[in-house]
Amino acid sequence: MHLPDLNTIWFLLVGILFTGYAILDGFDFGVGILHLFVKKDEDRRILLNSIGPVWDGNEVWLVTGGGALFAAFPGAYATVFSGFYNAFMLLLVALIFRAVSIEFRSKEPGLAWRRGWDIAFATGSFLSAFLIGVALGNITRGIPLDNQGDFVGTFLGLLNPYSLLLGVTVVALFAMHGAIFLVLKTEGDLQSEILGWVPRLIGLFLGLFFLFNIATFFACPDLIATMRTRPAGFAILALDVIVALSIPSLMRRGYEFGAFLMSCLTMVLLMTVFGISFFPNLVLSNPDPANSLTIYNCASTAKTHGIMLIIAAIGVPIVLAYTTSIYWIFRGKTRLGHVGY
Amino acid sequence: MSVEILSRIQFTLTVAFHYLYPPMTIGLGVLLVIMEGLYIRTKNPLYHHLAHFWTKVFGLIFAVGVATGIVMEFEFGTNWASYSRFVGDIFGSALAAEGIFAFFLESGFLALLLFGWDKVGPKVHFFATCMVALGAHFSALWIVVANSWMQTPAGYHLERIGSNGAPGTKLPADYIVQASDMGHVRAVVEDFWQMVLNPSSLERLSHVLLGAWMTGAFLVISISAWYLLKGVHLKFAKASLTVAMVFAAVTTVLQSVSADSTARGVVRNQPIKLAAMEGVYTTEDYTPMSVFGYVDTEKQTVHGLKIPGLLSFLCFHEFKKPVPGLLSMPSDEFLAARHPGLTPEQLAKERPHYWPRVGAVFQTYHIMILVGSALFGLSFLGVSLLWRGWLFRTDIPAVRGLLWVYVFSVLGPQICNQAGWFTAELGRQPWIVYNLLRTSEGISRAVRSEQVIFSIILFALVYLLLFAAFLYLLNNKIQHGPMDDEDHHGKAPGYLDPRELLARKGRASD
Repeated sequence: MHLPDLNTIWFLLVGILFTGYAILDGFDFGVGILHLFVKKDEDRRILLNSIGPVWDGNEVWLVTGGGALFAAFPGAYATVFSGFYNAFMLLLVALIFRAVSIEFRSKEPGLAWRRGWDIAFATGSFLSAFLIGVALGNITRGIPLDNQGDFVGTFLGLLNPYSLLLGVTVVALFAMHGAIFLVLKTEGDLQSEILGWVPRLIGLFLGLFFLFNIATFFACPDLIATMRTRPAGFAILALDVIVALSIPSLMRRGYEFGAFLMSCLTMVLLMTVFGISFFPNLVLSNPDPANSLTIYNCASTAKTHGIMLIIAAIGVPIVLAYTTSIYWIFRGKTRLGHVGY
Repeated sequence: MSVEILSRIQFTLTVAFHYLYPPMTIGLGVLLVIMEGLYIRTKNPLYHHLAHFWTKVFGLIFAVGVATGIVMEFEFGTNWASYSRFVGDIFGSALAAEGIFAFFLESGFLALLLFGWDKVGPKVHFFATCMVALGAHFSALWIVVANSWMQTPAGYHLERIGSNGAPGTKLPADYIVQASDMGHVRAVVEDFWQMVLNPSSLERLSHVLLGAWMTGAFLVISISAWYLLKGVHLKFAKASLTVAMVFAAVTTVLQSVSADSTARGVVRNQPIKLAAMEGVYTTEDYTPMSVFGYVDTEKQTVHGLKIPGLLSFLCFHEFKKPVPGLLSMPSDEFLAARHPGLTPEQLAKERPHYWPRVGAVFQTYHIMILVGSALFGLSFLGVSLLWRGWLFRTDIPAVRGLLWVYVFSVLGPQICNQAGWFTAELGRQPWIVYNLLRTSEGISRAVRSEQVIFSIILFALVYLLLFAAFLYLLNNKIQHGPMDDEDHHGKAPGYLDPRELLARKGRASD
């Protein structure tokens, strides 16, 4: 068996970083999306405190993923970020509001103050999830590129029905994920309230996920053609559906942590299917596939890939060790204490 | 306006606003380590009390720093796509290393620092504080390394990119990148450590870090001086002021050493920038340095208070040796190579296009020097009064006056940091990578000027709102002061740390 080349390894690593980001910040966004549906002030504070110690570290997965994409495949980084300019500016503003709202909201007792930041927190989280989905939709579908690898489409062109559908699907996915997370972190009345939402959120996600798969067959013929040559992709997709379907029954039987893990696994498998159908492309050019960016034509040198691998080999185990410890220290139900939001 | 100018305005706006916060958290981080370390050593609850209050201030500042920092990470791609393709092989790895080594460390342990007071023991908490401070310093390290590479590129070679993923061909060291090369030529790593330890990295890193330490020190000095003047939280204020004043004095001494070596680095590595900083046009013996003044760019002279020979002395440690002037830089050979076929007269006309905006660079540099020197004086005055036991004598009008100066001194390091970065970045123009890639060649071709105008307006509005909310909350925290900060509206159950109860008693008897 021959070893994969460095470009492939970095394709995997960047994928792992963005998958980690989706799983971790996904529940933060989910909590934000559900925030306004919780009415009592104390309950809203519990929501904020449930993600309080971890959201910042979760967002670092995005920053590191972005940095890794920049370092490993600068061409793809440059094309995607300059091509999706308006959308990314909105995403940045949404992420800013999400972040500062958590910090600012409970520092003042005033009703208008708190309501304002509540709305900013919920809108910021919703918009972040939605825009991430829309961006992913456009990547899947392909965007118009010129022979220099520069985006030549329009902002409105990015708001096509297929990508909007994925945007909504990602919102539903994160809302479900966040709700299951909150069931783990809350107790009493608040927990019962959220438990009541979970089946509906799962249903909503599964429905949209189903629609999205159908839409992919029509909207992305090239992708489906690649998938046909890689049957493993269909097997993993089928597994993903089974995993997603197992969440409601696990919840019913009270295996909440199991349900949360399955929700994480749903995302892992989804990203795996995406990776299988996409490899070795990074940015598909649609309509002119010859201009697509692949892991070879927009990559850094093997030397940089090697250096980065050493950096990752040193850094990642340490990061995982203390991140796990911190999650462990803050495990259990969230209660309002003398520190926190 | 062109996309280039607009993108520069946007980067300036977003990075300048962002850079209000990290220096405060870097400096305050070190002070937190000192305060908590003192608590661990002496077991004096007063120091615990100090660490607790300043941690809350830290948390607020940190949040805005994180929120505004993420913009920078993606702005290279959104606004500087051609630059990103050109330097990705080098610059990207520094950013990724910053994520792995710095941000994860910072954000992970921040949770313990802010929320872990009663979840872990004092020693583990102290460890977390150290890790947050260390993470903040690592973050400065990698980003200053990346920026220093833009100032003094090293450890790389240029290559012509192979088509369709084929290996590139190495270009000669004297190859001159032209606008038409964008997308076909790029810089790639040759020696990672030479890239990281490029000629200006270490000098600039220490200069930046010490600037940040001063920012943290004067933040604590300012708030503590205010408490003294108001006659509240006296024990707390005296202890905070003592720690911060000594720290400020040590830091300003180190900073003056670092400033000297940084400036000598600039004359070695970027002589055009140094000439612009002092408005030196003609090369002459005993080159003077201005204390203040302004540059008449038409007549190419500086009006102001000049000290003959001082610039020569600071640059070369000898009074006579001339500092090279702008009229001789860049060299005729360099210009001829970039503009083949021009006559010597035409080349001389091209020369000013390779200078930064001399008037602006001169002023930002002198603002930094003047304010920095004032801070140096203030911290030494403070330490000597502390030594004499006069600093807390709020009954003496002169001391009260001085304390008011300290209240406003918090602005000093902020002005220095901003002015210093303006000097560094304006002084690098017209290059985005010094002598290698012009700023105009680094823009995103897929982005139109109206898009950038839209995002500038968006960020300006959002940042105004953020800044107002930040100042409002910071002011509230200060007004509220240490201690009864928790659950001040009495809605949440009031669990109190026993140590904190002890400290409350301490204040009652104050």
